[in-house]
Amino acid sequence: MSESPTRQSIRRFCRQTTAMAALAVIAALLILAVIGPAIAPYDPAKPDYNVILQPPSAQHWLGTDEFGRDVMSRIINGARISMSVSLSSVLAGSVIGTLVGLTAGYYGGKYDSLVMRTCDVMFAFPGILQAIAIIAIVGPGLQNVVIAVAIYTIPVFVRIVRGSTLALKNMMYVEAARAAGISDWGIIRRHVFPGVFSVALVYFTMRIGSAILIAASLSFLGMGAQPPTPEWGAMLSAGREYLTSAPHAALFPGLAILITCLAFNLFGDGLRDALDRKIID
Amino acid sequence: MPIYIVRRLTTMIPILLVVSVVVFLFLHMIPGDPARVVAGPEATAQDVEKTRVQLGLDRPLYEQYWRFVSHAARGDLGQSYRTGEAVLSVLADRIGPTLKLSFASMVWAIAAGMFFGVVAATRRGKWQDQFTMVAAVTGISMPSFWLGLMLMELFAVQLGWLPSGGNDSLRHYVLPAFTLGSGVAAVIARFTRSSLLETLGEDYVRTARAKGAKEWRVVWLHALRNALLPVVTMTGLQFGFLLGGSVVVEAVFSWPGMGRLLIDAVSMRDYPVIQAEMLLFAAQFLIINLLVDVLYAVLNPQIRLDSQG
Repeated sequence: MSESPTRQSIRRFCRQTTAMAALAVIAALLILAVIGPAIAPYDPAKPDYNVILQPPSAQHWLGTDEFGRDVMSRIINGARISMSVSLSSVLAGSVIGTLVGLTAGYYGGKYDSLVMRTCDVMFAFPGILQAIAIIAIVGPGLQNVVIAVAIYTIPVFVRIVRGSTLALKNMMYVEAARAAGISDWGIIRRHVFPGVFSVALVYFTMRIGSAILIAASLSFLGMGAQPPTPEWGAMLSAGREYLTSAPHAALFPGLAILITCLAFNLFGDGLRDALDRKIID
Repeated sequence: MPIYIVRRLTTMIPILLVVSVVVFLFLHMIPGDPARVVAGPEATAQDVEKTRVQLGLDRPLYEQYWRFVSHAARGDLGQSYRTGEAVLSVLADRIGPTLKLSFASMVWAIAAGMFFGVVAATRRGKWQDQFTMVAAVTGISMPSFWLGLMLMELFAVQLGWLPSGGNDSLRHYVLPAFTLGSGVAAVIARFTRSSLLETLGEDYVRTARAKGAKEWRVVWLHALRNALLPVVTMTGLQFGFLLGGSVVVEAVFSWPGMGRLLIDAVSMRDYPVIQAEMLLFAAQFLIINLLVDVLYAVLNPQIRLDSQG
């Protein structure tokens, strides 16, 4: 009996050591996000003016910051913030983007043109600029970062899902379903969506990396998390003031961002290679 | 070719118009009363009303939009709420440094990205390939503000080799341009590699090899020329992201460009400046896209022929 495509993909994925290592890091980060506050050695918000800006030591493995707070405890607590901000924003953006992309590609016509022109306009504000514009309207804060990154994610998914939908809707089996009298929504849900799912999944993992970077950048610029929230970008921003005397205060939060982002990007790469290349291309 | 450019320009105009509507509405979506912001916290209700009339905010929305667009077309982008200066003159001082920095970053990103992409493709599966691709994915995952700070600490503070801020000489460009361009270099390297690997398998490459052409000639002249097409498009898109990224890098290196101006304007709620900057960033991005499409047509005879038909 031949193996199902899903099983084949899982097997191909498991053979990639880098991608598996990335998956392990992501799993560790997720666990940290859930149980982090319970295992952090110190209170992330409690200042201790006796140990200000101390380098890494046996008591404080990653040193202390400008208020004497334990950097490691703050990074551990920050995992929850980074994970929840990036996952929720990309999830919201990808769900909306996928729905709009599916319907635009399937129905076509004026609705499709309107959707695509709207995406063109959104793409005219590249990268972080769009997020900054949204923050300028809704104001700074972590919740607003989620909104900004979600909106930024939408057109990416619309364009990719629409493209795949266009290719799939003329397939024989979709034509057959239509001839059998299945409703449009039924066709989209049962016959088109499964075809675009793998592409959307790969982009979903890839976008989490960019979401983490954008959220951290916004916090670094003072538009995201506000003190004393232990968000990695905000920690880095505060640490830069003491770069010469206490480089560890900026070094470790930056490393945390890099490792997390790297894990999601490597995982995304592995996923893309494991899934059927024909579908992705 | 001129027909093609005109055709592309005409598709750009409606997008720019919609962008202008979005940017205009932006000011009206902001919670709070702009007239109150301009009049100041001490202003009486009468003063606020007077300011509203002065700014034309009492007029219907479509009239305000027309005023905004017609003034913008004549180069009048309003006054900064914060300093009262004409926004255009504020921007005129800042656009040069940003464009120069973006350009310098792009030059380094293209040179490094293509070089390492070619090395990785020609040494496929060997350590050079693996090393380059690991470096590339790390480059993509690197927060630019962190990279900038670490480079600054090492090369400016510890070693004293390069300046940490300012934009007076070529040396001032090294750290910011390297920081801003490294993510783009990583994307270009990955893209060049996959594009070149595809063309290296083509028949004409085999023919060139069979004719006894030297390997570097086959790679750099035969294969790379054709592999460049998708790389050009992608590089153009990356230029837009580079403009966006400049906001963060300028904040790190105290670069007196548009990015830093934008951050200051957002924190001070200086809406006319934010509005003008967004319009300018979008226009720059659209123009770059047009240039990329034209370059693509120059490189690809098929499009040139199509546009004549």
